[in-house]
This record gives sequence, structure tokens and C-alpha cells, in this order.
Amino acid sequence: MSKYLSRIAAAALLAATLGLSPPSVEIKNDAFSPKTLTITAGQTVTFTNDDDDAHTVTATDGSFDSKGLDTNGRWNHVFAKLGTYTYFCELHPFMKGTIIVKAATP
Amino acid sequence: MKRASFLEHVAWTGAGIAYTLGSTGLLTGRAIASDAAGTIEFVQISDSHIGFHLPANPDVSGTLKMAVDAINAMPSQPAFVVHTGDITHLSTATQFDDARAILSQLRAPLIALPGEHDVIGNDFKPYLTNFRIPHSTPGGWASWDASGVHYVVLLNVFNFEKLGLLGSDQLEWLRKDLAGIGRTTPIVVFTHVPLYALYPQWGWTTEDGAKALALLQPFDRVTVLNGHIHQIVTHQEGNIRFASADATAYPQPKPGSAPKPGPVTLPRGDLLRAIGYRTVEIDGGNLRFEDSALG
Repeated sequence: MSKYLSRIAAAALLAATLGLSPPSVEIKNDAFSPKTLTITAGQTVTFTNDDDDAHTVTATDGSFDSKGLDTNGRWNHVFAKLGTYTYFCELHPFMKGTIIVKAATP
Repeated sequence: MKRASFLEHVAWTGAGIAYTLGSTGLLTGRAIASDAAGTIEFVQISDSHIGFHLPANPDVSGTLKMAVDAINAMPSQPAFVVHTGDITHLSTATQFDDARAILSQLRAPLIALPGEHDVIGNDFKPYLTNFRIPHSTPGGWASWDASGVHYVVLLNVFNFEKLGLLGSDQLEWLRKDLAGIGRTTPIVVFTHVPLYALYPQWGWTTEDGAKALALLQPFDRVTVLNGHIHQIVTHQEGNIRFASADATAYPQPKPGSAPKPGPVTLPRGDLLRAIGYRTVEIDGGNLRFEDSALG
């Protein structure tokens, strides 16, 4: 088991070193961080609510919606199509973020 | 009873009876009601956030039940109990079931408004299934007349990207609804989000609230009671009096006193003094309200 975990840790470290760590957005203090995240098409973004309040990750164009994310809640979304996606928190609409999806470089 | 002695009395019964003996606030409620000067017309509760579980209140069901028990213990039951929204924390089916199980214990009829936490995903259905206001319009808002008062429920939690918005349909309905009401008729309005700009920096405002207030301003006596901010804040604009209510779940910071709004964690005894319910008496068309803490 510990061997298995250490392999995962090693893989994560390698991925981070190569700039391959999975893209993520942290929700804290009524804000999305980073506010703007650029990824390549097909990547999964993990949104994590590290706040003491509930939040949502809701696309302005309606293309995705996490629904209610409780404290410590996590939500993954695959961004398949190119484009610039703005999103907000339905419970705190002043919280806004942007995901820019670019083509993967060959 | 004067405010100071009233509070002292509540505090004593809270400490001496409700908690030491492990009761749920029954005696506290009885003591309040028997000492009240007039007859309680209705009771307001708010922001129960069923499903919330952080240290600010690990037992939100328990504190809502304390409020329900205190209301049920009033010897003269109110005409109704209004819940001004955020019944649940995340709009889940389980949270609605749990909330309904507790609120259905009320002896008086319940009028429950949705808060933004009750319509997450821009989905009105779970709220409507569980708590639709009797005889409400298709949009969910409502009005009725009772005891010489014109009551209005306005919903300002539905617009997706703007919290605190009534919308033109509801404003037009309000204009027509008020057209037949005499100027001296007392009007009581219930909302979730404050109808005026209480603290816009934290979203504690209704963007088109001023339009509703312009329609209400010609009337002699208007009272707007809301939730959302988890604390008592009173305000007056012309003939319109505003009073937000305490939550039954947990308090939030005073406007601007913290970097952001959110749950404030207090020791249990202090928490119970910071949450509660509001009794409202109507005397000759004048509203008198008294806020009672749970501890």
C-alpha cells in the first residue's frame, strides 16, 4: 500500500515538475483562484471549495453547473471545446471567474 | 415587560430551564408569551440552513426545532409563522425533507419563502414541492389580507446572475396588487434579501428594490421584514420600516466588520443568544415586534 502511495506521490511530483499538474481552481474568501485559468482542450479542471460557505461554479452560458458545493466539496469538469468560459457563483454572483480553453499544441 | 427585564428573563429561563434540564425551550416560549402585552399576530423565523454542519452550528436542525418548540408553546397561537428563506443550505432533497419534518411540527400555518440557498441550480421545483405558499402566483410570490393588514410576499432570489432582483413581471404584479389597497391600510412585506441597499458590497441589496419601494411609499404604514443577513438591522425610509431578522442557524458579521460575510463561530451559549425568532403584534394597525433569542 505504502509503495503504491509513494508511486502516486512520485508521479504527482513528476507531473508538477513538468507543468502537467491537473488544472485546479480554489474557492476561498468568496473568490475563485486563479480568477482566470488557461487550459488545453480536453483537460479536466478541479474546483475545490475551501471556504466556510457554500458556493457554485455556474457557467454564464449555462454550459456547466456544479450545483451546490459544500465546504471541502470538490467538482470536476472536462472542458472539451475551445473557447472562453465565464462563470460565477450563484449564491454570491459577485464572484466571477474565467476558463480559457486553447487547442492542445502537437 | 420592558426590554431589559424581558431579556434578563429570557436569559434566565434559557440557562436555568431549557438547557440544564435538557428541555427544548418550551418553558422559555411560555414565559415570553404570557408576559407579552398584546396578542401575537405572527412569528418570523429565517435562515435555518438545514444541512449546514460547520462549527458555527453543528446542529442547525436542533436550533430550528428549539424555535419551533418555543413557538408551539405560546398559549395563544399566532395566525401564521413566516419563514423568510434559506430553509436549506444546498437545496438537496434530504435537506428539504429534514426541514419539512421539523417545520411541519408547527401548530400554526407556515408561509415559507425561498432563499437563494433553496433554489440552487436555478431550480425552483424542490422548494415548490415542499413549501409552495398557498394561493401564490405562478411566479411564487403572493398577497393576502388578514386582520386588517395587507400582506405581500416578494421573491428576490431567482435571477441567476444577480442576487437581489425582483424582475419586471413581479414589479408589474405588485403595482396591480397595491392598486386596490387603501392608503391607510397597514402593509407588511416579506422578502428574503433586503429590499433596500443595506450593504451592497456584500450583495445585501435588491437591484430593482427601489422600484418596489416607490410603489409602497404612498402608503402610510409599510413594514418590510426580511432574512438573508442573519442579524437584526432596522432602517426607515419615509413611511417604510425595515427589519431584518436573526437566523435560526448562525450569525453573520455586521456589515463591513469582516473581510466577507459568512458564518461566525461562537461558543454554544453565545450562539444561542445570537439566533432566534421574532414575534409581531398588531395593535390598531401598528406593528410591534420583539426579537427573542434561543438562549
